[in-house]
Amino acid sequence: MYKPNDLILRTTTSLIAFILLGFSIYLLLAGHNAPGGGFIGGLMTSAAIVLMYMAYGSAVLEKVLPINYRLLIPTGLLIAVGTGLASFIFGEAFLSHTYGYFHVPVFGELELATAMLFDFGVYFTVLGVTISIILSIANDH
Amino acid sequence: MLYIVLIPLLLSCIIPFISKIKHKLHTGLFVFLIPTVIFIYFIRFVGTEFEPVRQSYNWIPSLGINFDFYLDGLSLLFALLISGIGALVVLYSIYYLDKGERLGHFYVYLLMFMSAMLGVVLSDNIFVLYTFWELTSISSFLLIGYWHFKEKSRYGALKSMLITIFGGLSMFGGFILLSVMTGTTSIQVMIQNAEVIMNSPYMPLALGFMLIGAFTKSAQFPFHIWLPDAMEAPTPVSAYLHSATMVKAGLFLVARFSPIFADYEWFFIIVSVAGIVTLCWGSYMAVHQTDLKAILAFSTISQLGMIMAMLGFGTEAAAFAAVFHILCHATFKGSLFMVAGIVDHETGTRDIRKLGGLMTFMPMSAALALFGTFSMAGIPLPFLNGFYSKEMFFQSTLDLPAGANVVATFLVDIIPYLAVFGSIFTFVYSLYFLFGTFAGKKQVDQLPKHPHEAPIGMLLSPFILVLGVILIGLFPNAFNGTFIAHAAEAVAGSAVVENIKFWHGLSPAFQMSLAVVAIGTILVSTRRKWSKVYTFVPGGRSINNIYDAIISKLDSWSRRITTFYMTGSLRLYMAIILSTIMLVTLSFMLVTDGFTINSNDLAPVRLTEIAVVLVIIAAAIGTIFARQNLAAILIVGVVGYGVSLLFVIYRAPDLALTQLVVETVSVALFLLCFYHLPNLRNKKDSTGTRLTNGIVSIGFGTLMTLIGISAHSSDWFGTISDYFLKTSHSLGGGDNVVNVILVDMRGLDTLFEITVLGIAALAIYSLIKIKIKKGTK
Repeated sequence: MYKPNDLILRTTTSLIAFILLGFSIYLLLAGHNAPGGGFIGGLMTSAAIVLMYMAYGSAVLEKVLPINYRLLIPTGLLIAVGTGLASFIFGEAFLSHTYGYFHVPVFGELELATAMLFDFGVYFTVLGVTISIILSIANDH
Repeated sequence: MLYIVLIPLLLSCIIPFISKIKHKLHTGLFVFLIPTVIFIYFIRFVGTEFEPVRQSYNWIPSLGINFDFYLDGLSLLFALLISGIGALVVLYSIYYLDKGERLGHFYVYLLMFMSAMLGVVLSDNIFVLYTFWELTSISSFLLIGYWHFKEKSRYGALKSMLITIFGGLSMFGGFILLSVMTGTTSIQVMIQNAEVIMNSPYMPLALGFMLIGAFTKSAQFPFHIWLPDAMEAPTPVSAYLHSATMVKAGLFLVARFSPIFADYEWFFIIVSVAGIVTLCWGSYMAVHQTDLKAILAFSTISQLGMIMAMLGFGTEAAAFAAVFHILCHATFKGSLFMVAGIVDHETGTRDIRKLGGLMTFMPMSAALALFGTFSMAGIPLPFLNGFYSKEMFFQSTLDLPAGANVVATFLVDIIPYLAVFGSIFTFVYSLYFLFGTFAGKKQVDQLPKHPHEAPIGMLLSPFILVLGVILIGLFPNAFNGTFIAHAAEAVAGSAVVENIKFWHGLSPAFQMSLAVVAIGTILVSTRRKWSKVYTFVPGGRSINNIYDAIISKLDSWSRRITTFYMTGSLRLYMAIILSTIMLVTLSFMLVTDGFTINSNDLAPVRLTEIAVVLVIIAAAIGTIFARQNLAAILIVGVVGYGVSLLFVIYRAPDLALTQLVVETVSVALFLLCFYHLPNLRNKKDSTGTRLTNGIVSIGFGTLMTLIGISAHSSDWFGTISDYFLKTSHSLGGGDNVVNVILVDMRGLDTLFEITVLGIAALAIYSLIKIKIKKGTK
């Protein structure tokens, strides 16, 4: 049986996937002040995962990242709705966000916004959506 | 009065339980009490010093729709007819309907009808009147189709339903116009403000709509066709609904509103012409029938036409005669229907060609029929009420006031002749009915059953009605002042004093009656010789054929229209949707002068933009002409990347990033899917289709371009983006304005967009995973 030798692909993937993941997390975290955000971050992360899938196949992927991607969809949505509902605790309208500056030991002065939490919700949803669509279509026989 | 009107409807709820014990006790015995009580309730009002009674109960006060009941002479006459004949019909049905029938259904429908009919005649509120009016149509539909296993019953029920509901809706339109004109929903208030209606430009429309309602319900020409087919109902129903009550609802409506419209020239013309034509046509056609009930149906049509004509005349004498004849007709026609039912019940057939010589078998029925038919024919005998009303009819045709315009003048001249013509045929069919059934040769061997006299209970109801015929005939003035005069007053709008006398001397009206009897006798004895006339008029052209053609054509045309554009082809629907959008938008833009092209605030064009746009254009055109699916998808990808380049040029980094990745993902998904699909593009379209598609798409594109340019050229309001730019950092705590808008300022949109994505993913997952194997459900 013909067995493809995709050594170069796998090797480069193992490097590029991490770069992609790092970049995607950068996009997610920097979104509030620079181009990026939950949506594009989520897409970028899924690009990294798809790349791994293409290089290693679904068996390896499941071993490396044992995640049920469909569960990410409700998780993300719950986070997003949760940030919205949380504003009720402070007597504010739904989805009212706030921000503040905090001193964090390693990083120093940091700006933290509750909108970031919402962006995490977007991130997880987009990630879950993209990967479950692609994997369910790709694994369909 | 509310309870009296609703009692039948309320008690009909317990009929199904009572009908369970029908093997011991006929349900009708219980039902019989209801109309009897109502009759006793209403008979108390009869008297010389009767004053109208008004009662009101709230229903929907905010819309002016309340149960306003108004009992005047006219309503009282009708209420007594409804409850009195109702009681007799129930009594008759106890003997007519076997205990094996579905009696529960029958009496529920009948009581429903009784309530509805009482509501129609007693309501002062037009919308409540309309409600009850439709309820009569519905209950009549149910009653006609009572033997629903018979094809003809279903046909007749549907026909009457379509025609009367058509009229009812039209009447509703007239009512709405009336209430808009006068600002009230009460008929009596409208009558008091008649001049408001008469001066309104919408008055003819309202009148026309209302008359259509009245004519359809009362089976006036050309809407009479449902009545003969309604004879498929059980005979008690025919006697009750289709001779005494429901068909008179239209007459009631015309009578009720005639104080408003009586002075209007066209009211006279339309109503009298409709009535007199119906009279002549109905009586002419009745002679042609072979079914006993069909003869009576056409006879009802013709008598209703006669009353309608009198209502149209608008004189006080005519109003009096009309009201009087309503009473007379209800008595003799009810009894005749019951006799026809008895004949049917005891011999097994209603075909007059098979019947004959039943006088010796059924002497009682024959005697009852004799009084009924002679009264109907208007034979001058002092104990027959039909003669008096017919005499008054002739008199009123002679006393018509001179018409104001040519049509009216012509009508005034011709109506007496038409009245005599109709009455001659009335005479002919009355005697034809009587002698064809009870006299002549005995044909016992042709009958399905051996004929014998009906049980006494069955004869009781027609006997009481015939007694009414004779009593009214003998003592007409006993009914006059106490009862009929009040009713005529309500119709004419002023007090009416008429004396009912048998002998007027040799007046022209009496001469007309004599002429009717003389010519009628000749025609009856020579009926066989001239009956060939029916092969020429109406011949094959009847209104029924027109009705059937309309129904079947409506069916086939609507099917043809539907199959014409509902082809199942999504591409055709797309073309229709796009062309509709195009036409509507284009005409709107042209009408409002919306296209503006203004080049004042355009940015300078750079070379890079031109280059990118050219690439996009080339790729878009290439997509259309690509032969292979995969090639087309890849070229679409070029368009997508071109667009993301444009985003870069126009300084939208978030959009550019997203567009790039989304384009990549979608192209990959397309490739994944289309790789497994057959090559759809090989299908050749005809030149016509391609031409149409081309025109539609080019037109739509051009339109959208023009709208875009116009939208940009007409800058009406300033943008709100300044606010976002200013407050993004201070309120949202971020410098990426796009992201702050997405997650903070307009976070709700984003929340639902990711919900949409989630739903899409789950839908795709379930589409792929949940496969139903062939053969399983």
